[in-house]
Order: sequence, then structure tokens, then C-alpha cells
Amino acid sequence: MANSNLAAGPSGAKPKPFITPQRAVVYTVLIVCAIFFLFPLYIMIITSLKNIQEIQSGNIFIPTLHPTLDAWEKAWNSACTGLYCEGIKVGFWNSIKITVPSTIVSIIVASLTGYSMANWPFKFSEVFFTILLLSSFIPYVVMIYPLVIITRELGIYSTLPAVVLVHTIFGLPLLTLLFRNYFASLPQELFKAARVDGAGYWQIFFQVFAPMSVPIFTVAVILQVTGIWNDFLFGVIYAGPTNYPMTVQLNNIVNSAQGGKAYNVDMAATILTGLVPLAIYFFSGKYFVRGIAAGAVKG
Amino acid sequence: MHSVSVKNLTLKFGSAEVLKNLNLDVEEGEFIVLLGPSGCGKSTLLNCLAGLLELTEGQIHIKGKNVTWAEPSERGIGMVFQSYALYPQMTVRGNMSFGLKIAGLPKDEIAKRVERASEILQIGPLLDRKPGALSGGQRQRVAIGRALVREVDVFLFDEPLSNLDAKLRSELRVELKRLHNRLKNTMIYVTHDQIEALTLADRIAIMRGGIIQQLDAPQTIYNRPANLFVAGFIGSPAMNFIKGATVDGGKRFQFGNVSLDLAGYEGGAILDRPKAILGLRPEHLTMVDEAIAGHTIPAVVEIDEPMGADSLVWLLAEGRQMSVRVPVEHRPAPGKQVHLRVDIAKASLFDETNELRI
Ligand SMILES: Nc1ncnc2c1ncn2[C@@H]1O[C@H](COP(=O)(O)OP(=O)(O)O)[C@@H](O)[C@H]1O
Ligand SMILES: [Mg+2]
Repeated sequence: MANSNLAAGPSGAKPKPFITPQRAVVYTVLIVCAIFFLFPLYIMIITSLKNIQEIQSGNIFIPTLHPTLDAWEKAWNSACTGLYCEGIKVGFWNSIKITVPSTIVSIIVASLTGYSMANWPFKFSEVFFTILLLSSFIPYVVMIYPLVIITRELGIYSTLPAVVLVHTIFGLPLLTLLFRNYFASLPQELFKAARVDGAGYWQIFFQVFAPMSVPIFTVAVILQVTGIWNDFLFGVIYAGPTNYPMTVQLNNIVNSAQGGKAYNVDMAATILTGLVPLAIYFFSGKYFVRGIAAGAVKG
Repeated sequence: MHSVSVKNLTLKFGSAEVLKNLNLDVEEGEFIVLLGPSGCGKSTLLNCLAGLLELTEGQIHIKGKNVTWAEPSERGIGMVFQSYALYPQMTVRGNMSFGLKIAGLPKDEIAKRVERASEILQIGPLLDRKPGALSGGQRQRVAIGRALVREVDVFLFDEPLSNLDAKLRSELRVELKRLHNRLKNTMIYVTHDQIEALTLADRIAIMRGGIIQQLDAPQTIYNRPANLFVAGFIGSPAMNFIKGATVDGGKRFQFGNVSLDLAGYEGGAILDRPKAILGLRPEHLTMVDEAIAGHTIPAVVEIDEPMGADSLVWLLAEGRQMSVRVPVEHRPAPGKQVHLRVDIAKASLFDETNELRI
């Protein structure tokens, strides 16, 4: 009797309906957000594939029946950026030349500074930390003119090194904080164990901490690459016309009015410019989230 | 020559004095346990010995050498931590050989030492695994192995078993004792667990507030605690304390209507002290039915807590709570009127004014 009751009753996991009211709300919000952000991209892509007549006569929301990559080719190779008509590829290579060294130098300096502050406390290291914390809140605009003078005095104004230097300097406060907090969250006993094992400053950094810090380095790379790639202002001010980054060149293409507006070329050039940060987020989003979480929660 | 010798060590964090003019001499091959409540400075002392903290004042000698300013790796010590502190990205073998590689030992010597240590600790099959793939007990074995391969004279342990569950803890405790018997190294072991201290130590140093309260063999600490703090800290269930006075030129202990004969007390001159405290361990009291003048305390049973073989019985005696440990089959019924027989040879008397044992 009791047995049969047992057999008849529910057993195992309780079945759940696929759509619950909470889920419906979450999905609706997510879908609306996705449309909001993806729609402009959609317009840009279909416009860049049209020729100019189609743009002038057709509906902006409807894709073309005769897609062509002409606009992309023109944007990359021969669009006019002011005096020259060599396309946006010049800007692309300039951006690479600015982003790569700025990212590498700033991350090396910041990770070592953060590591020193977290694990090798020196006199006034706490004061230093406070200054760093405050300085990340100072609006960077106030430092633009002083840096113009500094780079001019150094004889590098309007050159690649100037813009690299400026990007490195502006990256340091936030990155140093990031690394300091991450290293401070690593178990102190690990550091002590390495000291007892005879490891010194560099050995602990490279052999013990660095291999454990892939997430935070990933976050730093993403922050720096996207930040520097998207920068316009420092590029215009410090790089000099021959080194203008892609964003500045894009602006020049869009604003250099020769004849009618070539919307398809503008769109293609814009997508090309945005491609690098887009690709970075796309491929490293998972690590980015993981790294942010690792920095926030004790790892 | 002492194996480890600490002279007048003072350590301050900012203005907070965490270790106060501390002295400690450890003999060659001795197993010393630093025992005390959380925050009393045990880890701080160990870190000073290891060279991980700079002393404010004082000296540390290891094997007769003044190492006060020496780097951790130059002191001839190995250390094991509560959180294991294994390098997560290295294999067990990598963890154990890391320090040896840094010291620049030849490859075959490293292999030999790792081999020997892993045999002693029975972690041979784990050598190529990463710490993440090990259980807590295995991790701590590896951490001990990492200290072992250094082939040093002094091992420092900072609560090495605290992160393990009760069963593993007692297993590893026995293993540590075996290891010490085999290697005969000096071991300095920090814990807040008195069972670990009593079972492992040759001598226990009881610490409170950065001061060593008593440094003695476990039995001495247990039977003749130097002061009220040690008496209360050691022993579980805790010692019963009865406030009273010594009278008749120190021949009797008086509290309420009870007067106990102090003849046979093992200690110093008792004298007449208006404020004294008698300490009686629950296991040194027996329940009897008949009163014996000068040797028993009348009491009423309140409740009892069976703990397997024994039962801890709580009673009211002269308005004071007292506990007695009895075999579980002798549990009295609540409300029963009994008499507690005192074994004065095993009792401790304290002067309440300075809290020291008489
Ligand atoms: N790095 C530090 N800075 C300041 N105070 C500390 C530091 N480390 C420990 N302390 C303090 O010193 C005291 C002793 O700590 P510790 O030696 O870790 O105690 P325990 O006996 O539990 O191991 C505690 O009060 C603790 O708050
Ligand atoms: Mg501690």
C-alpha cells in the first residue's frame, strides 16, 4: 500500500516550463537591446554594399539586390583624406603603430608598478596609491596643453613617440589600480612560499604571478587596445598629420566634400575602423568577463 | 647550541605592538608548538623566524648563526602554510623543485630529492598532476614535500591542518609525528587546536597578546598551568574555577559553606590569601554518594551531555556551575543530590590578584 503510493507520486527533478514570466521579461529586454544596437550596424552594412544611385533613389532600410564591394575597395585604397587620396589603409597602419607600442609599454609599466605596490610595500606606497586613485578621476582635458608643451620640449611633438607616450601616461593610473588590486587579491601565503623558496622580485613576478594573471592581462589588453584604437583627440593633437590614426582619417574622409556625399564609402570606412575593437570583443569577450570577475571577486 | 633562538623580539605593525620582548630557545630536534587564541601573534612570530617580516627589535639565531637580517631562503628553514600555497600552474614535481631550481642545484640532485621526499610522503603517483587536481590532504602533503626537499634543519608550520576536515586532520597529525620521529628535525608548529598541541609537542608555548605565557611539556602545561589564562585555555571541557580564600595558614580552601583540605597540594607556599581561585578539571572530580569532610563538595545535578564514552555532567555547587566527567554508564539523574570528591594533588590554586599559580 505504502509502496504503491510511493511509486505513484512524483519523483526526480521537478519539471519546469521553458517559458516562465521572469524569463519572458528578460528575453524581451535582451532582444530589444540587441535590436537597438544592431540596427545601425545593419543599415551601415547594407548601405556600404549599394552603389551611389541606389542610395539616392532607394529605401535606406532595404538591402540591395546587386551588392558590390566597390565602396569597400575605394574606402580602403583610394578615398581622399584631405590632400591625399590613398584610402583609410594609411590610418589603419598608423593606428597599429600607435596602439601596439602604447598597449605593450603601458601594461608592462602598470603591471610591475601594481605588483610592487601590492607585494613589496615601500615607504609612502599607500600615499602613492591614494594619489593614483585620485588621479584617475582628474579630467584628462586639463592635461592636454601641459603635455603639448612637454612633448615639444622633448622634441617629439607631432611624432609617433609623442602619441605613444601620451597614451601610455593616460593608461597608467587605471591599469596600475587594476593590477594592484588583482595582485593584492592573490593569496599572500603564495607570495611567502615563493620567498621561502628563494624567488626574488622578478622570479615571483614572472614564474609565480604572471602565469596566474592571464585574465587580468587580457582585461588590460582589451581596455588599452579598444581605448587607444577609438581615440581621436590625442591622435589629432600629438601624432602629426603623417601619423594620424584611423579615426582621424575616417573623419577626414567623411568630411572631405568633393562632389556629392559617398555614403557607401563612408559606411565602409566606418565599419573598417570599428572592425578591430569589434573583433577583439568578439574573440575575447569570454576572457574579458572572466577577468573582470577575477578582479572583483577574490580569485 | 640552540637550534632556534629568539632574543628580545619585538614587532610592531605601525603603533600596534604585536610581539612584546619575546624570548624563545628551541633545542635541536625539538617539536615546539605555538598555541594560543586567534590574533595572539603566532603567525607573526613564525613569519619573523622565516624572515618574511622585519623585526622592530631583537635578534633571531638559527643553528648558532645570527639570521636577523638574512633572506628567508638563506635561513635554513622550510615552511608549510595553512592554505597550502602551492603554485597552481606548476605540477607537483614543479612545485617541489621550484626552490631547488632557483638555488641552482644540478638536475639529478633535484630529481633525487623529489624522489626521496615523495616516497616519504607517498605522493609518487601525484608528481605530474597540478594542485587543482588534488584533494586537500594531498595538497598539504605536497606542501610538506616542498619543505622537505630543501633538506633544512628547521621546519615551520603555520596551522597546516586547519583547512582539512576532522578525519584527515587526525590522519595527517599522526603522519606528522611519524615524520618528526623519522627526520628528527626541529619543528615549530603553530596551531589554535589544543589537541594538536598536546599530541604533537615536545614543548608547548602558550601565547596571549604577543607574550609567551608558559613554555613547558604538554603534561606540565595540562597539570600545572602557570596562570589562570593557561589553565582556562588548555583542557576541553574547560577547568572549573572556584573563587574563595585560603585560610588556616594555607591549610584549607574556603568558599561558601565548604572547606577543603589542601594537604597534598603540589605547588608553592599557599599562605593565607583572601582572594584565591581553585581550579579543578572535570576529569579530576568524582561523584560520590557520601560526604567526606574536607574532601567533597555537595552539589545538585542539572543536566548531562553524553559524549560517547564519557558524559559531561553539569551541577550546581554552592550556587556555582561546575562540570564533572563521568563514564557514560554512571550518568546521574537530573535533580540528584551528590558529592564531588576533589583530588587535591591534581588541583591548581591561583592567587586572584596576580592570576599566577601558587
Ligand atoms: N600585516 C599586518 N598589519 C597589521 N596588523 C597585522 C598584520 N598581520 C597581523 N596583524 C595583527 O597582528 C596580530 C597577530 O596576528 P597573527 O600573528 O596573524 O595572529 P595569529 O596568532 O592568529 O596567527 C593580530 O591582531 C593581527 O590583526
Ligand atoms: Mg595565524
